[in-house]
Amino acid sequence: MSLLEVRGVSKSFRGLKAVADASFDVAQGGLHALIGPNGAGKTTIFNLVAGVLAPDRGEIRLAGRRIDGRRPDQICAAGIGRTFQIVKPFAGLSVLDNVVVGALRPERDVSAAKKRAAEIIENLGLGAKRDLPASSLTLPDRKRLEVARALATRPKLLLLDEVMAGLRPTECDQMVEVFRALNRRDGLTILLIEHVMRAVMALAQRIVVLHHGEVIARGTPEEVVRDPAVLQSYLGEETEV
Amino acid sequence: MSRPSLALALLGALLLLLPAVAGPYLLSVATLILFFAYTGQAWNVMMGFAGQLSLGHALYVGLGAYVSAGLFARYGVGPWAGLWVALAVCVAAGAIIGFLAFRFGISGVYFALLTIAFAEFTRIGFDHIAVLGGPGGLFLKVSQREAWDLANLRGPPAMFYYVMLALAAGALALCGALLRSRAGYYWQAIRENEDAAQALGINTFRWKMAAVMLSAGMTSLAGVFFAFYYNNLFPEQVFHISRSIEIILGPIIGGVGTLFGPILGAAALTLLGDGITEFLAALGWEIPGVKQVFYGCVLLAVIMWLPHGIWPPLAKRLGLRR
Repeated sequence: MSLLEVRGVSKSFRGLKAVADASFDVAQGGLHALIGPNGAGKTTIFNLVAGVLAPDRGEIRLAGRRIDGRRPDQICAAGIGRTFQIVKPFAGLSVLDNVVVGALRPERDVSAAKKRAAEIIENLGLGAKRDLPASSLTLPDRKRLEVARALATRPKLLLLDEVMAGLRPTECDQMVEVFRALNRRDGLTILLIEHVMRAVMALAQRIVVLHHGEVIARGTPEEVVRDPAVLQSYLGEETEV
Repeated sequence: MSRPSLALALLGALLLLLPAVAGPYLLSVATLILFFAYTGQAWNVMMGFAGQLSLGHALYVGLGAYVSAGLFARYGVGPWAGLWVALAVCVAAGAIIGFLAFRFGISGVYFALLTIAFAEFTRIGFDHIAVLGGPGGLFLKVSQREAWDLANLRGPPAMFYYVMLALAAGALALCGALLRSRAGYYWQAIRENEDAAQALGINTFRWKMAAVMLSAGMTSLAGVFFAFYYNNLFPEQVFHISRSIEIILGPIIGGVGTLFGPILGAAALTLLGDGITEFLAALGWEIPGVKQVFYGCVLLAVIMWLPHGIWPPLAKRLGLRR
């Protein structure tokens, strides 16, 4: 069964088509990736799903219910947690308080939210830094904080926007393990946008490839890397000289 | 009892006993400090907690003052009934400003300009309301009384001091509770990054509206106090932008977003400002505007050396969190 259904979604910015008639599904309990060259429309699709933008055409459903055109906070309440490609920590608040803000969505009570936030922080390896201000974190830790905050809202679907970018290979592998555990152990459905192919190949069960706002391929990682359309978009067309 | 709460209890006891030992001048200065501590606390809810800069808080002081004083002077409605009307009018004014700004995406300096605009055109508008005295002012009957008439808010300076003390203490307790509550977390999240706050499920429009309306409502009570304490109101005075600036200097110097910053800032500014004026007067120098020059210098010094205000570094030294 599909948790997320994107059907014929289009979005233009002043006549420029960022996303054109894109359709894809994310299966319940799946771990899918959205890849494509720069400017392919990946982040626009994320913003359409997360409610930052409303699609010009098409439908987006979460567990069968229409969510396109709703506000980001309503979409969060519907069960989608997201991270930002350019991290947006609450810089003046402590690491714990950052996550408490997210945890206050499922937990109405502040002390219960604190407990939930502390567990998530521990899980993501930020336990030693919980009382530091978020502004003092390094970039890899800020990316972890993004994930922790989104997880704290108890999402059904987690959208990860380039959380591996800028990480060293060992840090990247740690993050891969975290997401794998979340997906396998906790049954969390994940959709990730990623440039780091090392992470995508290690994690994703299915991949959707975007190019110029259109879905040009979809399938398992093995299928996708052999797809001629994908090779062409990434490596360029062979031309006779 | 922990040391901070012991210190707070001691300060409270001291403030309760003050009228017994202080002369009329000292008592009036203390009342003024509490007034600015209270209005600063109210402004801090909006700016310090939720990150919405208001440069027009004189609007709420003025509306609160005029509504309650007008009802009292013209229709004989007592201040305890009138304050509810004043409260409702100010909350509605805050809601209108907030709705216009947040519905149409006005933020940052443009929001601040909107708050100034509302205060300014209300000031000009009140010059033309004849029933409230227009530019000539609205006056309440002054009668020097020794007996406390709390029901009509008429009485000796000590009574006004205690009323203001109760308001300031109530505001401190309210803000302390709010900061630890869900509202406090949500407001601070909005202040730090609104997009991220919304992505975490916070209805930012609703919570920003709540901050503005609460701040406006709290400030309206200071207006009611102002009217019955000073007994005269002029649009050019109560609504003037210099009033708005005076309200925000305390929390800025004490520490925006902190619980004790507004109190500390109000005390430091009022004591030093009045102290300098008095000191120079004692030397036989009457220099008009010396207080404003002094405010400017203090503001410069704080911005340069204590960009987060006096309270955060002081709290750190005392080993407190906020």
